[in-house]
Amino acid sequence: MVDLRSNFIGIKSPNPFWLASAPPTDKEYNVVRAFQAGWGGVVWKTLGEDPAIVNVNGPRYGAIHGKDRHLIGFNNIELITDRPLEVNLQEIKKVKREWPDRAMVVSLMVPCEERNWIDILKKVEDTDADGVELNFGCPHGMSERGMGSAVGQVPEYIEMVTRWCKKHTRMPVIVKLTPNITYIRKPAQAANAGGADAVSLINTINSIVGVDLDAMAPTPTIDGKGAHGGYCGPAVKPIALNMVAEIARDPATHGLPISGIGGISTWRDAAEFMALGAGNVQVCTAAMTYGFKVVQDMIEGLSDWMDSAGYASVDEIVGRAVPNCSDWQHLNLNYIAKAKINQDLCIKCGRCHIACEDTSHQAITNMVNGERMYEVIDAECVGCNLCVNVCPVEDCITMEPMAAGSTDPRTKMPVVADYANWTTHPNNPMAREAAE
Amino acid sequence: MTQTNAAADVASGRLSDEEYARNFSDLHPLLDQHEATVEADRCYFCYDAPCVQACPTSIDIPQFIRQISTGNPTGSAKTIFDQNILGGMCARVCPTETLCEQVCVREVAEGKPVKIGQLQRYATDHYMAHHDTTPFARKEPTGKKIAVVGAGPAGLACAHALAVEGHAVDLFDAREKPGGLNEFGIATYKTVDNFAAREVEFVLSIGGIELKTGMKLGDNLDLAELRASYDAVFLGIGLGGVNALGLENEQKDGVLNAVDFIADLRQTGDYGSLPVGRRVVVIGGGMTAVDIAVQTRLLGAEDVTIAYRRGQDRMNASEFEQHLAQTSGVKIMTWAQPKSLVAENDHVTAIELERTRDENGQLAGTGETVTLAADMVFKAVGQTLVPADLNGSGATIELDRGRLVVDADRRTSLPDVWAGGDCILGGEDLTVAAVEDGKIAAAAIHRAISA
Repeated sequence: MVDLRSNFIGIKSPNPFWLASAPPTDKEYNVVRAFQAGWGGVVWKTLGEDPAIVNVNGPRYGAIHGKDRHLIGFNNIELITDRPLEVNLQEIKKVKREWPDRAMVVSLMVPCEERNWIDILKKVEDTDADGVELNFGCPHGMSERGMGSAVGQVPEYIEMVTRWCKKHTRMPVIVKLTPNITYIRKPAQAANAGGADAVSLINTINSIVGVDLDAMAPTPTIDGKGAHGGYCGPAVKPIALNMVAEIARDPATHGLPISGIGGISTWRDAAEFMALGAGNVQVCTAAMTYGFKVVQDMIEGLSDWMDSAGYASVDEIVGRAVPNCSDWQHLNLNYIAKAKINQDLCIKCGRCHIACEDTSHQAITNMVNGERMYEVIDAECVGCNLCVNVCPVEDCITMEPMAAGSTDPRTKMPVVADYANWTTHPNNPMAREAAE
Repeated sequence: MTQTNAAADVASGRLSDEEYARNFSDLHPLLDQHEATVEADRCYFCYDAPCVQACPTSIDIPQFIRQISTGNPTGSAKTIFDQNILGGMCARVCPTETLCEQVCVREVAEGKPVKIGQLQRYATDHYMAHHDTTPFARKEPTGKKIAVVGAGPAGLACAHALAVEGHAVDLFDAREKPGGLNEFGIATYKTVDNFAAREVEFVLSIGGIELKTGMKLGDNLDLAELRASYDAVFLGIGLGGVNALGLENEQKDGVLNAVDFIADLRQTGDYGSLPVGRRVVVIGGGMTAVDIAVQTRLLGAEDVTIAYRRGQDRMNASEFEQHLAQTSGVKIMTWAQPKSLVAENDHVTAIELERTRDENGQLAGTGETVTLAADMVFKAVGQTLVPADLNGSGATIELDRGRLVVDADRRTSLPDVWAGGDCILGGEDLTVAAVEDGKIAAAAIHRAISA
């Protein structure tokens, strides 16, 4: 029997699915609906200081769509909550009292002065919320005022503010990181050094989601102009996965709890984040696209998968793939795979052929004995996987490892069982001498 | 307005105006933009695509579909027109289920081909709604003049391609209205809103083509004179004659040529004015048989039977057409050949059919007969070339099995005469094949007269 209950830095929730700090968690009405639908917790939309900020009164979202209007990427220029602080605090307190088993974390963003943080932390503590999340991530609007990603891009600021918060509150402190940096380990290390209980990532990615070619302006367009916004949704998942894995792998931050965020739309996405080290996950775009009901299959799907895979609790999957996250230089160069096309599944569209022929290694036929037929030419195949990726039929093309002792027809060299990587490769000018 | 015939029930106005309007509306309504984009996204953009190989005019189908999916329907239409200037009509009438869509890899893989025909219509309709002229520019006039006889699909395609090359074309047609079978021979619900005529106008917009209607070869047009007056001649004259059943009473009222009735249907503005029998029997197994059977049902005939002398698998009508007939309430009776026509008061009242069977590949009557009451009997047993129309050149222009013999360039045995469409040997009775004939012939003519 799978136990999906989650205990993330002491914050308990019936499942590891939280709603991220964003429009769906801006007020009581939405959050109650989310809890009714089954969400394990929420990070309340970021609070700031009064007077409340204002939002644009034109479009604040943009999107990239598939042909059937499937939402692939999503972008926003919305700021933090635009409601009075006191209203938010009262609603947080009320909802937490009525839903005591759900996680209630409050996202915060105030100027980088210790006093400002002390004041707001005190107010949040009075709501009996379970924890706070420091919003060092938003790349638009607030960053122009020295907040959000303007803080998250300077590790020293992250450490400083985190330290203040840890000093002035008993509540667990989660530091939300921006992906708009070159090396995610540094801000995570800074949060860790400041005493953060956890980091959450990623916040949105700085972006222009599109250009209106009639208006000649970025979208969403406000009176003829557009501003860069924050990109999220399924398209950002690979970027988020890498950043989560980097922090999980970094010896300096290894073991630091991570709340995974970034394009999570399904139970499988969640499981992938958790395998790379996320203790729980936060979701926004999927809920904004389909409504809160999406959590139901996230819960059931994760549970069913864990059951079939033999996992009893979420702790058993958290970080399980981290040891297999390597660097390129440590990948086994003696591992040799060749593409193999299952002729029974092949529908003869020819995409593998033309992709390989035009852009890769000329390793797939298009005619065999005068018949339309696609076969891998092992003597040319470098095992790059392009054909697998462009094939419209799942599992039609597979990468088959060559057995040790056989000969690679491309290099005419024997396949050896031993592991060998770039660090000792003869072509590597930096290769270390083998130990005497 | 019921015709008062004691035996036969032939009447017009069997249905209400609303029913006629519904029955003769577009069989496949135009896809809207979203439908087209989603459908286009199903195309895998195959390399060396089977659909292109299956298209008689070799339209670059993956390319035009991709152009729809990228939001470039204008470019998509140009891709189509590059290979087939009558791409709009072909999108409507091609038996795609036996051509491009039959070999679509998604048909092979999942039984659901990309809707190539409907996407082609989406692109070509879009283009024609936004442009008055074809996307081609005429080259400088060459001073050469070609006579194209027959303004059907073959002649139109040939004339257009020649005009693009800068040649002057006189386009003759026996009827008062151009278009050939596109205008007179296709079921109404496949080409609504006067599309055939609009498409002819579109083709002629290239310029350099002078349409001369009411000019019939063998009547007021003479092949020898054309050869003398023009640099080349293209014959796209179709098949003017209709095969007969060879039965007594065939001249009686109520025994009709399907093609004539189909033409009437296409030209009428008032379906309620067309008299149709209550009980209809159609003899034949091709597209024409289905077209007349379905349309008489749509006009309000109660009981329509297609009688075909062989098995259903031998019918020339495509599977889609056969299904269309059956879902329209037409009964398809196979292994039955006409034996006699029964008439009373000079009007047909029944047809006697003899059961047939296959005896070692030979069709044989079994002697068993069945008589179907019929107020109308339609003959849809094929058409023939009328050699007399060739003004005696029939002696010098080579015919085989009643059709014009042409080479791969669609050149006849007369060195300055090319031909295409249904009138040539090997003609496939398909609009798209006729277009390809016209295209090939035009290229060959251009080469020959430019040499």
